Amino acid sequence: MAERRRKVDAVIIGYGWTGAIMAKTLTDAGLSVVALERGPARDTSPDFEFPRIADELKHGIRGELWQPLAKETVTIRHGVGDVAAPYRRYGSFVLGNGVGGAGVHWNGQLWRASPEDLRLRSHVTQRYGKKFIPGDMTIQDYPVSFEELEPHFDHFEKVCGASGVAGNLKGSPREGGNPFEGARSSEFPTPAMAAIESARRFEVAARELGYKPFPVPAANCSVAYTNPYGVRMGPCNLCGYCERFGCFLYSKASPQTTILPVLKARPNLEVRVNSYVTRVLMDDARRRATGVVYIDADGREVEQPADMVMLCAFQMHNVRLLLLSGIGKPYDPATGEGLVGKNYAYQMCAQTTAHFSEDVEINPFIGAGAAGQRVVDEFNSDHFDHAEHGFIGGSLIFASATGGRPIAQMLLPPGTPRWGHAWKAATQRHYRHSAPYTTQGSVMSYRDSYLSLDPTYRDAHGLPLLRITFDWHDNEYRMAAFCAQKMDGIVAAMKPETRSTLVMRPGNHYDTRIYQSTHSTGGAIMGSNPSNSVVNRYSQCWDVPNLFIYGASSFPQNIGYNPTGLLAGLAYFSADELHRTYFKSPQPLVQA
Amino acid sequence: MKTKDGIGRRHFLFRAAVPVAAVNVFGAVASPTDVMAASNPSYKPSFFSTEEWSFINAVVDRLVPAGGKGPGGVEAGVPEFIDRQMEMPYGHGGTTYMQGPFQRDLPATLGYQLPYTPRDLYRKGIASADKACRAAHGMPFHLLAIEQQDAFLGLMEKGGIGEAEPPLAAVFAQLLENTHEGYFADPMYGGNRDMGAWKSIGFPGARADFTDWLDQPGKPYPFGPVSINGRRS
Repeated sequence: MAERRRKVDAVIIGYGWTGAIMAKTLTDAGLSVVALERGPARDTSPDFEFPRIADELKHGIRGELWQPLAKETVTIRHGVGDVAAPYRRYGSFVLGNGVGGAGVHWNGQLWRASPEDLRLRSHVTQRYGKKFIPGDMTIQDYPVSFEELEPHFDHFEKVCGASGVAGNLKGSPREGGNPFEGARSSEFPTPAMAAIESARRFEVAARELGYKPFPVPAANCSVAYTNPYGVRMGPCNLCGYCERFGCFLYSKASPQTTILPVLKARPNLEVRVNSYVTRVLMDDARRRATGVVYIDADGREVEQPADMVMLCAFQMHNVRLLLLSGIGKPYDPATGEGLVGKNYAYQMCAQTTAHFSEDVEINPFIGAGAAGQRVVDEFNSDHFDHAEHGFIGGSLIFASATGGRPIAQMLLPPGTPRWGHAWKAATQRHYRHSAPYTTQGSVMSYRDSYLSLDPTYRDAHGLPLLRITFDWHDNEYRMAAFCAQKMDGIVAAMKPETRSTLVMRPGNHYDTRIYQSTHSTGGAIMGSNPSNSVVNRYSQCWDVPNLFIYGASSFPQNIGYNPTGLLAGLAYFSADELHRTYFKSPQPLVQA
Repeated sequence: MKTKDGIGRRHFLFRAAVPVAAVNVFGAVASPTDVMAASNPSYKPSFFSTEEWSFINAVVDRLVPAGGKGPGGVEAGVPEFIDRQMEMPYGHGGTTYMQGPFQRDLPATLGYQLPYTPRDLYRKGIASADKACRAAHGMPFHLLAIEQQDAFLGLMEKGGIGEAEPPLAAVFAQLLENTHEGYFADPMYGGNRDMGAWKSIGFPGARADFTDWLDQPGKPYPFGPVSINGRRS
């Protein structure tokens, strides 16, 4: 029998980015809030302090800050008829854990979506015709526009102390920024940092080819800065320990460095760590969430009643909790019916590695997750005419060095033996003179790509693991090949001694062993009505109006950009509406 | 230099001349590898047995050989690193989902699917590899000639040694991964002794502050490495 705690106004599941945004929103309104975080408490001090944080083995390889797969992982299969196998060791993606979630060990690439990304099906149909969309592609429009989200993108960038250069300020083009972005209401809160050497060379080469390179929008603060909540941040020093690490300088935006400091003193918020939520509780009519059940640090089952349930876990975990709680109808790829688990998507990346002569000093260890990098956006979203290319979507192309940590970021020419004298000599010859360039591309949603509960494998508590059914489709092979070719052209213009490109080609299946992206999306998608989506434009569950679901689980398909800017914008858009109407009168915010 | 029974004559003679000096250190028949490992003779392996320790030292010595610029893997302390990792949660499978069923014959793209922790993989894998060496060459891996060792490792890497449990390609992958880790990880873990591997490639270790180099693009960074414990070189 579960121990029953005193009822609160709202319970938050997961204390990462969206959990922190919602904790602030709800406590601002005077509500009593309990936030449940499955992992441990974490803060800049002592957890990310220098020099102990500068430990590639502990953080970059063993994943001290990641979800321990020994207790819970996912299973993966390529096709609907296959048996899935557990994701036993980290590879393709890295899951967060603990206070701050993946927002602690992300890179800080802080993008907005392109306006057309948010009305993708309509836009593609309008420009290329209905037949341009393959029959098995299940893309749909967001029920919210870029213009509606813009104030919230803007706010989140200010919360993060983001560094960058506006390319479109209130409709006026601005030199040095992204010429393809939607109109910004204001400039970035902090200036872009100087380009690191690999990015400086990229910038020069891209300009020569007529492209318009610009600084990657970075949640790596570049100067001393105070955010709208009064939280102070410091300048990034390009330490090279960014993604996979916590920031010791209060430069990389994370919940800890931007929002949590103002929440600590609030009497109406209680954060309970090491609290593993196992299901959302529902009333008998299954129209209302009544709270959650979780397992505490001592293994006890605890019931936390609440009037509102905010599902703020990572995308995959949001979907798993819906399935474990029996909320909504699970998606069935055979019939196309059901919505929970539908439209799982990912990203498809390619990498070109450039190996320069020995007089070119790249200093690869100088870098950050986003600051100091440069990017071109010509071949992303619908920034170019797709008609003759026969695919939808595109990629960022960027100088992607985040550091030169030698275990995982050693770049050697293809064909170099992996051991022996030749390997050793190659590490000495190439380490300081090589640089990575990356395309990060969108992945559309498809009828056969989805999430469900695994019939066999279970977590440490005996609950079914989430099962991912996913593989690449022709649209993405074409997209990646096209963008990789453009990237190769830029890298060739830098005149390295050698260069090599790794790109997925038809016949290559999704490879779970190689890190590609943690930008997984979908499974609890957003849409215009209950027949095409799990949540409405305010992230409110259609079936259960006092349940709100935040994060990339609501993306109907994926974009070529990093997801955090978009998912935070959606969360703040929802927060605005909660303040405006829901807190006064809790009810469905969109009529079905 | 292989004869039909797989034993190189030149090497055989060389081998016979060496062991005596090293016996006292390791209490077992030693190889040239052991002599090099004696650069830290005080380290007593905790997880690996004497035979396994000889195997690990011999393999690491081939994966990152001595000679040329920069330390060899044995000189850098990689065997000590691996042994110490086996006592960490990692060695016991603490970072791996280890629940069955364990499926075989899946596409390699679905990743590691063996029922073995790193400790299991080494314990069973070393026995299995040495057995395959004895079958082919009449002696365990660490007593083979260098050329034979390289050839054997090359076959292991490609999965060309035939049926073994665990598959020797997986054992090789584990050895290579942990060797690279030990060579380049912070010295506090027992490898990368004196930051020799970092010095050899020009990595400044835990400096983690490049504010003074932001406006000097393309100029070689002038400072040597520091370790987490504050050692400099």
